Amino acid sequence: MGSSGASGNLEGEMEVDAFRRLFPLRFHERHLLESIRPDARPLERARESTVALGAVASADGSAMAKIGHTTMLAAIKMEVMTPSSESPDEGCVAIDFHMPPICSPFVRPGRPAEVAPVIAKQLSDAITSSGMINLKELSLTTGKAAWMAYLDVYCLDADGALFDAALLSAVAAFSHLQIPAVSINEDGRVVTMSREDGDGKLANDPVIKERRKLTLNCILFSLTCILHKKYILADPTAEEESVMETHVTVVLDSSSRLVSLYKPGGPVLAYASAVQDCIALTRHRVKELQKILNEAISDMEVD
Amino acid sequence: MEIDRHDSRTRNQLRPLACSRNILNRAHGSARWSQGDTIVMAAVYGPKAGIRKNENPEKACIEVIWKPRTDQVGKAEKEYEMILKRTLQSICVLTINPNTTTTVILQVVNDDGSVLPCAINASCAALVDAGIPLKHLAVAICCALAGSGSVILDPTKLEEQKMEAFTYLVFPNSVLSVLPEGSLHVDGEPMEHAIITSVTHGVISVDDYLYCLERGHAASAKISDFLRRSLQS
Repeated sequence: MGSSGASGNLEGEMEVDAFRRLFPLRFHERHLLESIRPDARPLERARESTVALGAVASADGSAMAKIGHTTMLAAIKMEVMTPSSESPDEGCVAIDFHMPPICSPFVRPGRPAEVAPVIAKQLSDAITSSGMINLKELSLTTGKAAWMAYLDVYCLDADGALFDAALLSAVAAFSHLQIPAVSINEDGRVVTMSREDGDGKLANDPVIKERRKLTLNCILFSLTCILHKKYILADPTAEEESVMETHVTVVLDSSSRLVSLYKPGGPVLAYASAVQDCIALTRHRVKELQKILNEAISDMEVD
Repeated sequence: MEIDRHDSRTRNQLRPLACSRNILNRAHGSARWSQGDTIVMAAVYGPKAGIRKNENPEKACIEVIWKPRTDQVGKAEKEYEMILKRTLQSICVLTINPNTTTTVILQVVNDDGSVLPCAINASCAALVDAGIPLKHLAVAICCALAGSGSVILDPTKLEEQKMEAFTYLVFPNSVLSVLPEGSLHVDGEPMEHAIITSVTHGVISVDDYLYCLERGHAASAKISDFLRRSLQS
């Protein structure tokens, strides 16, 4: 591939692209030998991540999270409903994850992504089992009215580490969430007051709850790693995920407890040392993400 | 410290295991695995020609269909299918029959806790019954964490709901070797200490999880022995 002259350089580039398409595993391993990845990241570094709160103005809470090119948009809508008889003083959270065809060339309208319901279930398992949301806070009147929070996460660009970005956007949306004020109207039913007349005190109905933010007991962050032979790669792109098939996702909460260690099979077996390395990488990532989320929240409050 | 389990087992005691193979006569391979009251039936059809879209044609493809007892297929079933597919792909030798599809169908007959490990064990036995080439077998176990760091094995559904966390772990089965050196060593650690799959529910500390791995590995040796004896008969 070494050549001289302008046309020779172009020929060199074409060959690298062709090599990447024809022998993707060898292309990536050649980079791993030098402890680097094709996008010039060291093995343990995650991609640049950003969080923007309030991306959807009509939702009660929303956030857009980007990890590298992977983009997730999360939005929360609150609705009043009757709580179930088994837990009359608790509200409910319904989490759904969608992969519309815009996100990836492999998703077509008639062919939904296989990974979408799996990520939806992983998200709802992580959020409910960690106790991030105290469901009793979502209750309005015991036995009669409680909040139902519908969290929808939309993938706008799928470039690897989908669960990480989805969890980040969900957590950011919950920290942005403002529960609307409610009042009881003449029929005795609980009705939400829209933002305009909530602040204006024009309504004659007694306000039983003011607008408030939800308190989060702990914040969840996650990191997906790829295990390949002796290497551990943090935060893979879609190309790396398709070539090296052993993924480990570690979810930690803000007090470093393990919420989930998810390794769904894969050709490489994980020894205890690899598990501990992945957890250490995740701890480091939790600090980075906490900083990014706090900056986004303080930016929002300044506005 | 003794934990009172409602079916009066000790902490490390598994429920009675039973495995019967070749129970369906149309399927190429079939097995019925039960751990106590949890019963799962697995059927294997394959290899069949042709491959699904977006799969690699240079390798064999495994397709998993999970049928719950009450016949409402939802997100949980899709997750189980994906976990099973990737676990079975890691134990099959995929390069022997390229461009073929092997279908594994699981029917949950009764769910009394640790249904996913039961299903993995059943599908392994069914793959052996069908004669699909495998690198090694997979042995699955569920470990639940009772408070204060003690681990109980193979919980029932009631115990799963009461415990603060439980994890499903899948190990490669232990090797019975004629050589005196024993098992296959990679970097000084025996191969069967490594996990193929891990799925956790509930919050635990990292040390408790590593303790679960040790206990799970010890239990997987017992299930490996049972599987070996059952396949030899």
